[in-house]
Amino acid sequence: METCIEVSGLTKKYGTHLAVDDLTLSIGKGEIFGLLGPNGAGKSTTILMLLGLTEVDSGEVKVCGIDATRNPLEVKSKVGYLPEDVGFYNDYSGFQNLMYIARLNNIPIKKAQKNALGILEEVGLLDAKDKKVGSYSRGMRQRLGLADVLIKEPEVIILDEPTLGLDPEGVRKFLQLIVRLSRKKGITVLFSSHHLHQIQQVCDRVGIFVKGKLLAEGKISDLAEQLFTKNTFTTQVGITNNKTSLNDNLKDLTKKINQIESVAKVTLNNNCFSIESKQDVSDELSKLIVNSGYGLSYLTKKGYGLDDIYHQYFQEEKAI
Amino acid sequence: MNTKTFKIGFSKLSKIKFLESIDFFRRSESDNGSNVSLASFQVMVEKEITDHIRNWRFIILFTIIALACLGTLFSTLSDSAKTLAENNSESTFFFLNLFTKSDGTLPSFFVFVGFLGPLFGISLGFDAISSEQNKGTLSRIMAQPIPRDYIINAKFLAGIIVISVMLFTLSFLVLGAGLVALGIPPTAEEFMRIIIYTVLSIVYVSFWLNLSIMFSIRFKQPATSALLGLAVWLFFTIFYPLIVNVIIKGFEPSKFASQSKIFIYQKLKFYLVQIMPNELFNEITSALLVPSVRSLGPLTMEQMHGAIPSTLSIGQSLLLVWPQVTGLLALTLLCFLFSYVIFMKREIRSRG
Repeated sequence: METCIEVSGLTKKYGTHLAVDDLTLSIGKGEIFGLLGPNGAGKSTTILMLLGLTEVDSGEVKVCGIDATRNPLEVKSKVGYLPEDVGFYNDYSGFQNLMYIARLNNIPIKKAQKNALGILEEVGLLDAKDKKVGSYSRGMRQRLGLADVLIKEPEVIILDEPTLGLDPEGVRKFLQLIVRLSRKKGITVLFSSHHLHQIQQVCDRVGIFVKGKLLAEGKISDLAEQLFTKNTFTTQVGITNNKTSLNDNLKDLTKKINQIESVAKVTLNNNCFSIESKQDVSDELSKLIVNSGYGLSYLTKKGYGLDDIYHQYFQEEKAI
Repeated sequence: MNTKTFKIGFSKLSKIKFLESIDFFRRSESDNGSNVSLASFQVMVEKEITDHIRNWRFIILFTIIALACLGTLFSTLSDSAKTLAENNSESTFFFLNLFTKSDGTLPSFFVFVGFLGPLFGISLGFDAISSEQNKGTLSRIMAQPIPRDYIINAKFLAGIIVISVMLFTLSFLVLGAGLVALGIPPTAEEFMRIIIYTVLSIVYVSFWLNLSIMFSIRFKQPATSALLGLAVWLFFTIFYPLIVNVIIKGFEPSKFASQSKIFIYQKLKFYLVQIMPNELFNEITSALLVPSVRSLGPLTMEQMHGAIPSTLSIGQSLLLVWPQVTGLLALTLLCFLFSYVIFMKREIRSRG
C-alpha cells in the first residue's frame, strides 16, 4: 500500500521533558488511523509536527512525500487539520467562515462558494449556513470544523480529539460522517482520541501512544494477540446453589476448574467465577459445573477489546 | 454623516490598495509557481479591516475623535474673524491656524489628535493576537497554507489602513469645512504641510498600534495587554516628564552661571525628553504646523544672530524635524521587530 504519512525517529523535547520519543510510524493512503493515548501522551505534539507547526528536535516527517519541517506550506495545502476545541469567528456565519478558509487556500471565489455549499450539505449544516457561528451548538461547531477541513479538498485529514464534548448520539453521527467521507473521497484520516470505543468503531489501524512512545501499532485484533499471549480468554461464570451452601464444595469446584487444561487462573467472588485461560474453555466449564450439582446462571465469554488493551498499558505504565 | 464620509473614503482607498496587491500577486505568480501568494494576504487584510470597522470599539472611538475635532473646528471658525485680525502678520498661513489655534474653550485639533491618537492605536491592537488565540481561531488559520508572518503583517497593515483613512478623513474634513466657511483656498504649501502632518500622525498612531500588538502577542489576557498599553501611554504623558523634572532640578545652574553652563543644562533638558514618542510627535507637529518655529532645541545668541524673523519654507521645516521623524519610525519598527520575533518563535496550540 502506498504510504501517505511517514514518520521516522521523531523526537521533541520541552526543556527536559520528552514529549515525543523516537516515534516511527507509517500510515497508508486511504486508511483511517487511530492515535490512542491518555492526555499528555504527546498526541497533539506529534500532530503539530506533522503539520510543521512546531519545530522538530530530531527525526523526519514526510506527508504525501513532502518534508513537513522544510516545506510546511505545501504540506498544509494538502492536509486538513481540525484542532482540538476548534474556534470560529463568532460574528460571521458558518458559510462566511468556510469562505474565509477557502480563500486563504487560494480557491477562486465561485468555485469556493459551490464547494462550500456542497460540503455544508454533506455535514448537514445547509439550513444553518447563514446563522452566526456564535449561535451554533457544540455538535454543529464540530461539524462545521469538519466542513472547514474538507473545503480545501485535502488528501489527508488530521482530527485532534474531534469528539470531545459531543453527546453520544452526536459522537455516533460524527464518526459515521468521517468514515463515509473518507471512504467516498479516499482521504487518509489520522484520528486522535483518548476514547477507546470511538477509535474501535472507525479505525482500520490503531497506534497506542503513552508518554511519547508508540507502544503498539496494528489492527485491533492483532494488538490483542501482541499483548495477551498468555491468557487471551476470560470467562465469567455465575453459579446458583440450591443445596445447603458449603464453602468446601466451592473450593473443590475451584480446584476442579483449575485442573481443566489451559486454565491459568481462577478467582471466586460471591458465587461468580472469573477464569482466565489460553483457550476457550466454556464447554468444559459448563459441563463441570452442572455435573457438580450447581446451577449455571450465566456464562460470558470475553474476547479482548481495546478497553482491556488500554488498561493493560496503563498497568504497565504504572509499573514503570 | 461622519461615518458615511468615512466609508466612502475607505472604499476608495481600499480599492486602490487592492488593485495594487492584485497586480503584485499576478507578478509574483508568474515569477514562481508556488502556491504561496499575496492573494491570501489580501484576503486576510480585507477581513481585518472589516472586523475593525464593524467593531463597536472602533465606531465609538472614531465618533469621539470626530466629534472632538468638529467641536474644535466650529469653535475656531466661530471667531475666525478675530483670529484673522489678531494674526495679521501671519495670515499667509491662515489654514494652519485651523489646526493649531482655538478660542480656549476646547483644545485645538492637533492636541486632540496627539491625545486621542495613542488611545486609538492601543484600542485597535491590544487584542489582535490574544483574542484569536483565546477563540481558538489562530490554530485554525495557522493550519492553512499561509506563512506565519502573514498573520501579524495583515493585522498591522489593516490597522494602518484604518488609521490612515480615519486621520485623512479628519484632516480633509477640517480643511473642507475651513474652505467652505472662509471661502479662501489653502495655499499649496499649507496643503502640503497638512498632508505631511497627517502622514506623520499616522506613523505616530501606528507606533502605539505596534506596541499594543506586541503586548497582545506576549500576553494571553487582552486586559493585561490593554492595561499595559495604557500604562506605557500614561507613563510617557504624565510620569516621565515628572521624573525628568526631578533629574533636571539637580542640575539647575545658578542665575549667574556662565552661558555655556546654561546652554548645556538646556541641552540636557531637551535630550532627556527625546525618548518620549509623544514629545517627538509634539515637536513634529509644532514645526510643521507653525512655520515660524525655527528650532526645537535651545539656541545660543550667536546662532540667533543675523536671523531674519520670517517663516521657514516647508523643506526647512521638514529638515528641522527629520531626527524626530527618524526616531518615531525607529520606535515603530522596533516594536514590530519584537512582535515579529516573539510570534515567529511561538508554538501555537489551540486555546493555550
